[in-house]
Amino acid sequence: MENISIQHFLIVSTLMLFTGIYGFLTRKNLITMLMSAELILNSVNINFVAVNKFLYPENLQGQFFAMFVIGIAAVEVAVAIAIIISLYRKVRMIDVEKVNEMKY
Amino acid sequence: MEQIVFYILASMIVVFSVLTVTTRKILRGAVYLLTVLLATAGLFFLLNFNFLAAVQLTVYAGGIVVLIIFSIMLTSHVNEKLESTGNKKKFFSFIAVLAGALICISTILDYSFKEKSGIEIDTSMNKIGKDLLSYGDGGFVLPFEVISILLLAAMIGAIVLAKRETQN
Amino acid sequence: MEGYTFTVLIPLILFATFLLIGLAGGKLKPVFSGIAGVISLSVVSLISYITAYDYFFVNGKVDGVFGKIIVYDAEWLRFTDTLFIKMGILLDPISVMMLVVISTVSLMVHIYSLGYMHNEGGFSRYYSFLSLFTFAMMGLVISTNIFQTYIFWELVGVSSYLLIGFYYNRPSAVAAAKKAFIVTRFADLGFLIGILLLSSLTGTFDFVELTNVNGSAVSAGSSVLFMGLSSMTWALILVFIGCAGKSAMFPLHIWLPDAMEGPTPVSALIHAATMVVAGVYLVARLFPLYALSAPAALEMIAYIGAFTSMFAAIIACTQTDIKRVLAFSTISQIGIMMVGLGVSGYSGESGLGFTASMFHLFTHAMFKALLFLGAGAVIHAVHTNEISGMGGLRKYLPVTHITFLVACLAISGIPPFSGFFSKDEILVAVKEKDSFLFYFESVVSGLSAFYMFRLYFGIFWNRNTTYEHAPHEAGISMKIPLIILAILAAVTGFIPFSEFVTSDGIPFVSHIHWDIAIPATIVGLSGIIAAFIFYKKESNLSDKAAASLGGFYNTVHKKFYIDEIYIFVTKKIIFNMVSTPIAWFDRNVVDGTMNGVASVTNFVSEKIKRFQSGQLQQYAFVMVTGMIIILALIFYFLKN
Repeated sequence: MENISIQHFLIVSTLMLFTGIYGFLTRKNLITMLMSAELILNSVNINFVAVNKFLYPENLQGQFFAMFVIGIAAVEVAVAIAIIISLYRKVRMIDVEKVNEMKY
Repeated sequence: MEQIVFYILASMIVVFSVLTVTTRKILRGAVYLLTVLLATAGLFFLLNFNFLAAVQLTVYAGGIVVLIIFSIMLTSHVNEKLESTGNKKKFFSFIAVLAGALICISTILDYSFKEKSGIEIDTSMNKIGKDLLSYGDGGFVLPFEVISILLLAAMIGAIVLAKRETQN
Repeated sequence: MEGYTFTVLIPLILFATFLLIGLAGGKLKPVFSGIAGVISLSVVSLISYITAYDYFFVNGKVDGVFGKIIVYDAEWLRFTDTLFIKMGILLDPISVMMLVVISTVSLMVHIYSLGYMHNEGGFSRYYSFLSLFTFAMMGLVISTNIFQTYIFWELVGVSSYLLIGFYYNRPSAVAAAKKAFIVTRFADLGFLIGILLLSSLTGTFDFVELTNVNGSAVSAGSSVLFMGLSSMTWALILVFIGCAGKSAMFPLHIWLPDAMEGPTPVSALIHAATMVVAGVYLVARLFPLYALSAPAALEMIAYIGAFTSMFAAIIACTQTDIKRVLAFSTISQIGIMMVGLGVSGYSGESGLGFTASMFHLFTHAMFKALLFLGAGAVIHAVHTNEISGMGGLRKYLPVTHITFLVACLAISGIPPFSGFFSKDEILVAVKEKDSFLFYFESVVSGLSAFYMFRLYFGIFWNRNTTYEHAPHEAGISMKIPLIILAILAAVTGFIPFSEFVTSDGIPFVSHIHWDIAIPATIVGLSGIIAAFIFYKKESNLSDKAAASLGGFYNTVHKKFYIDEIYIFVTKKIIFNMVSTPIAWFDRNVVDGTMNGVASVTNFVSEKIKRFQSGQLQQYAFVMVTGMIIILALIFYFLKN
C-alpha cells in the first residue's frame, strides 16, 4: 500500500463523479439519468472511505457515512423508480426532454 | 501486487463509468453500472473495509441494480436503442465537465495531504456494531435511527406512488 | 374645585343614555326609550341648574369677577411635548348659561317628543340620536380647548345629519341631511385651518390661555400677513367661517331651511335653539381674541350678521311653509346676535353688545323653541306644513294659540316679553357703535314682527278653513313643554343678564334705554299692524301687494336664487372645470402609471419565462456550470 496514496483514490473518484455528471446532463432516458446519479453517489463513497483510511484511521466516521450514503441511495432509487413507473403509466414514455408539463 | 490490483480496479471504474453514460443500449448501461459498483467494492476490499464492501455488494449490486434492471424491463424493450442526444448539448456538457474535472484534479495534486501511517484501522464487525449502536463519543445511533425512519418512509412512499390508481 | 365635580356627570350620563338606548333600544318597548331619555335629561337639567346656581350665586364670583373654572382636565392625546390635546370641563358665565339653555330646551323637546313622535317608527333610534346630540352639544360648550370644541363640533354635525335624515325613506330628507352635512363640513374646513393657524401663532389650544387678556396669545401674530390683515385676523376669520357654517350665516345659510325636513322637535332643538347658535357661542368664547387682536374680523362679523339678518327676514316674509318661515327667522335672529357680538367692545359697559348677544341667544332659544314646538303642534293637528292649509285654528287649539302668541310677541320685541329686553340691549349697543347698522337692524326688527304675525294670523285667524278631521289639541306631554316655554319666553327678559354674563367677567348694571326701546317697540308694533291689515281677515291684499312688487317678490320667494347659484357653481363650474380634468388625470395619468407598471412587468415576464423551460437537464447544466465557476473562484482566486 505504500505506493498508493490518497490522491490516487481521489482522482478515481473525481473522474467517476464528473462522468456521472456528464451522464446526468446528456442522457435522455430517466432511468439512465438515475444510473448516472448512482455513479455520483458512489464516487462520494470512495472519497469518504479514502479519507477515513489515510487521514483519520483512528476512527470509522468515513465508513459510517459511506454506509448512510448507500442507504440513502437505496431510498432514492426506490422512490425515483416508483415515480418513473407511475409517470410511464401516465404518459407511456420516460424521455426527460418531453416531460416538461410543468414549464411556464 | 496491491498496486497492480488498484490500477486494474481504477481503470475498470473509469472505463465502465464512461461506458455507462455513453452506451446506446440501456440494459448494457445497467450492466456496466454493475461492473463499476463491483470494482468499487473491490477498492473497499483493498482498503480493508470488508464490511462496507459487503454492504456495497449486497445493497448496490444486489438491490439497486436489480431494481434498475426491473424498471428497465418494465419501461423499455431489452434491445431498444436510446435516441442519441444533440451534439451541442453533449459538447457543452463535456466542456463543463472537463473543466470541473481539471480543476478538481489539479487541486488534489497540488494539495499536500497529511497521511497518518502506521495506525492500523480497526474495521472488525465487533467495532462497527458497537459504534453504530452506541450513543457516546463516536457513536452513530441517532443517524442510524434516522435512516431507518427514512427507509420506512421511502418504502411507504414508493408503494403509494407505484400503486395503480383504483378504478372508480 | 369641589362643588362642581358632579358637572362631570352631564356628558357621561348623556353618553351612557345614548349607548343604552342606541344599543338596547331595539329590544325595549319604544316608550321605555323615551322615558329613559326624559329621565336622563331631567337629571342632567337638574345638575345643570345646580351648577349654574353654584357658579352664579355661590362660588363663581371671585373678587367681583366671574372667572373661568376648570373643573376637570385630562390629557387625551399626546403627540409631542408641546402638542397635546386635552379633554375637560370649563365653566365660565357663557358655558354655564349654555348648559342651562341646552338642558332646558332639550328636556322640553324630549318630553314633547313623547307625544309628537308617538306614532312614528324608529322611536328608540330617535331618542338615542337626541341623547347623542345633547351629549355632543354639552361637550362643545364645556370644552376647555379649541380642539375639543372641534371634536364635539363635528359630533354635533353628525348627530344633526342623523336627525335631519331621520325619515331616511323620504328622498327630500336624505338630500337635506346630505346638504346640511356637506355645507357645514365645508365650512369646518375653514374652522380647522383656523385652529391650526391659531395654535401655531399662540402655541396653545387652551381657551384659558387663548383668552387671557394679559397673556401672550392676544398679542401674537399681529404682524401684517396677507391682504393687509394680520395673521391673527386671518386665523380668526377662518374660525368664523366654521361658525358661519354652523350658524347658517350668508352665504352658507342654504342648509338650514332644508334641514326642516327633520322631525319638528328636532328642528326646535337643533336648528333653532342650540346647534345653530354654536357659531355665536364660539365667537363669544374667543371674544377677547376677536376684540383685542382682530377688530377687523369683528367688524366683518357685524356686517355679515347684519346682512344675513336683513336678507333672511325679507325671505321669511314670502315663504309659505311655516317651518321654513321659522327657519329663516332663525337665520335672521342669529344674524342679529352676530351683529351684537360684532359691535361689542371688550371690558365694562362697552362690552354691552357681548352681553346683549348672549342675552338674545338665551331668550331666542326659549321663544324659538316654543315657536317650533307650537308649529309642531299645529302640524300635528292639521297634517300639513303649508300656511294655505291652515286658518282659524284658534278655536281648535287654544293652548297652542296662546303660547304661540306669546312667542310671537317675544320675538317681535313687545314689552314685557323677553325678546324686548334682549333686542333692546343689542340695539343700544349697535347705536353706540354705528348708527347705520342701528337703523338697518331696526328695520330687521320690524320685519321680524311682520313675518311672525303674518304666520300667526295665517295660522290662527284668517279664513275659516274646513278640515276633514276636526283638529284637536295635542296630548298633555306636548302641552306641558309649550306652557313651560311660554312662561320662560315671557319672563326671562327680566333676568338682569349683565350682572352675570359679560365680556370680561365683571358684572355691571344695565338699564333699559327708553329712547331706543320706545321707537323699537313702535317699529315692532307697526310690523304687527301691517300683518294685521294684510292677514287678519281673508283678503286679497297680500296678493295685490305681491303682484305690485312683481319680479322682486318672485326673487325673494325663490330665496334670491341662492340655491340655484350654488347648483350652478357646483354643477356647471366645479364639476366641469375642476372635476372633469381631475377625473381625466386620474383615468389617464394615475391609472396609466399603474397600467404601465403592470404591462412592463408583463412584458419582462414574457421574455424571461423562457428560462423556465421545464428541461430538467438544462437546469442541471446551469447549476453545474455555476458550481464549477464557484469552485474555480475558490481554488484559484480566493486561495489566500
